[in-house]
Amino acid sequence: MANIPQKVVHKYLRHNKKFPHVWCPGCSNGTTLGSIIRAIAELNYDRDGITMVSGIGCSSRMPVYVDFNTLHTLHGRALPFATGIKMQKPEQKVIVITGDGDATAIGGNHFIHACRRNIDITTIVLNNNIYGMTGGQYSPTTPTGDRATTSPYGNIDPVFDICELAMAAGATFVARTTAFHALETQDIIKKALEHKGFSVVEVVSACPVIYGRLNKKGGGPEMMMHMRDNSVPLKATEKMTPEQLEGKIVRGIFKQVNKLEYCDAYANLMSQFNVKEEAKK
Amino acid sequence: MVKKTSKSKDGQILTDGDALELMEVEITEEKENIDYKKSPVYIYYEWCKKCGICVAFCPTKCLGRHPDGSPFVEFPEKCIHCETCDRLCPDFAITGAKR
Ligand SMILES: Cc1ncc(C[n+]2csc(CCOP(=O)(O)OP(=O)(O)O)c2C)c(N)n1
Ligand code: SF4
Ligand code: SF4
Ligand code: SF4
Ligand SMILES: [Mg+2]
Repeated sequence: MANIPQKVVHKYLRHNKKFPHVWCPGCSNGTTLGSIIRAIAELNYDRDGITMVSGIGCSSRMPVYVDFNTLHTLHGRALPFATGIKMQKPEQKVIVITGDGDATAIGGNHFIHACRRNIDITTIVLNNNIYGMTGGQYSPTTPTGDRATTSPYGNIDPVFDICELAMAAGATFVARTTAFHALETQDIIKKALEHKGFSVVEVVSACPVIYGRLNKKGGGPEMMMHMRDNSVPLKATEKMTPEQLEGKIVRGIFKQVNKLEYCDAYANLMSQFNVKEEAKK
Repeated sequence: MVKKTSKSKDGQILTDGDALELMEVEITEEKENIDYKKSPVYIYYEWCKKCGICVAFCPTKCLGRHPDGSPFVEFPEKCIHCETCDRLCPDFAITGAKR
């Protein structure tokens, strides 16, 4: 027996649950979970004041492993559940963990309307460009030309840019980072959590076992090297030509504005009716 | 090849959720040149999935890889406690944090 040091992240993990976790070797989901936990630890939030909600998918298994209030819901429907929680308990920090398929395919409708309402929820989209959990069908973010089990000769669909989509739909904080840039992810998630309004953080992730294998992108380390070598910070893009930007992942905070938040708008409305505090509870 | 396992009494990695700085683990050590207890980096082999990310991104190349893919501390003196391995490991299975 020996005492060995333990990382801060373990404080927030349900370590009595099934660890090692279910994710494949080299999958970015675990790395991003670490960044999320470090962000929360730095902000010193009370664990009971956080609710983590997810839909279905590999990435959506995340709440299972953390010691917050957690909800593992239906495919694509994390945001409606989260909206209900936030409306009922506006003091809770509500975090939604979703995949690219979960957020932009089956849950696309919920996603744009949550953006439009500007409800104070932080949505972290783990974009691995594929439906990982169900074995590799293409998603709305699978790059055109790439292979999936449903596009064995290459995908012909143009892709959704999750950040553009969120900005256009009215989200008030929109950022992109990659799982490899763990410190940056931590920092951006901190800012997103502190932002009042609907915040979207797209984390470009590696699914080495399904997407990586189908597209010969190598294993976890190689896919992380790709994120390192093929991404540029937003600042650096100013001096770049469209040709140079071709195929690059742009990282940074694209939008950060203050607008009336949905729970506040609702409270304003209700205040006219002189609803008693007790009645609300 | 030498295999180390680390495990708490009841088969879990942690003994107490609030034991923040220290966790009790059983270290079954056989013939590795390094004294695992004095090693700058701890690897929890129970959780490690041998993906190689820590080895690939360690800036000082202080980690090596066993034939089965699992990492080990090859050059303990090279570790600068940058915590890159900590941050990038998808499995919470390694810590290079300074103590
Ligand atoms: C209503 C419904 N339709 C389909 C499924 C099957 N299904 C489960 S996960 C998934 C895709 C998940 O993809 P994504 O959200 O990108 O998550 P990832 O596994 O890639 O992290 C699908 C289609 C389901 N569980 N429920
Ligand atoms: S299938 Fe892909 S996304 Fe799912 S756990 Fe495995 S590597 Fe990760
Ligand atoms: S802390 Fe840094 S230098 Fe030390 S093993 Fe980890 S990555 Fe390498
Ligand atoms: S990064 Fe983690 S899981 Fe991967 S080989 Fe290193 S310790 Fe093991
Ligand atoms: Mg996906």
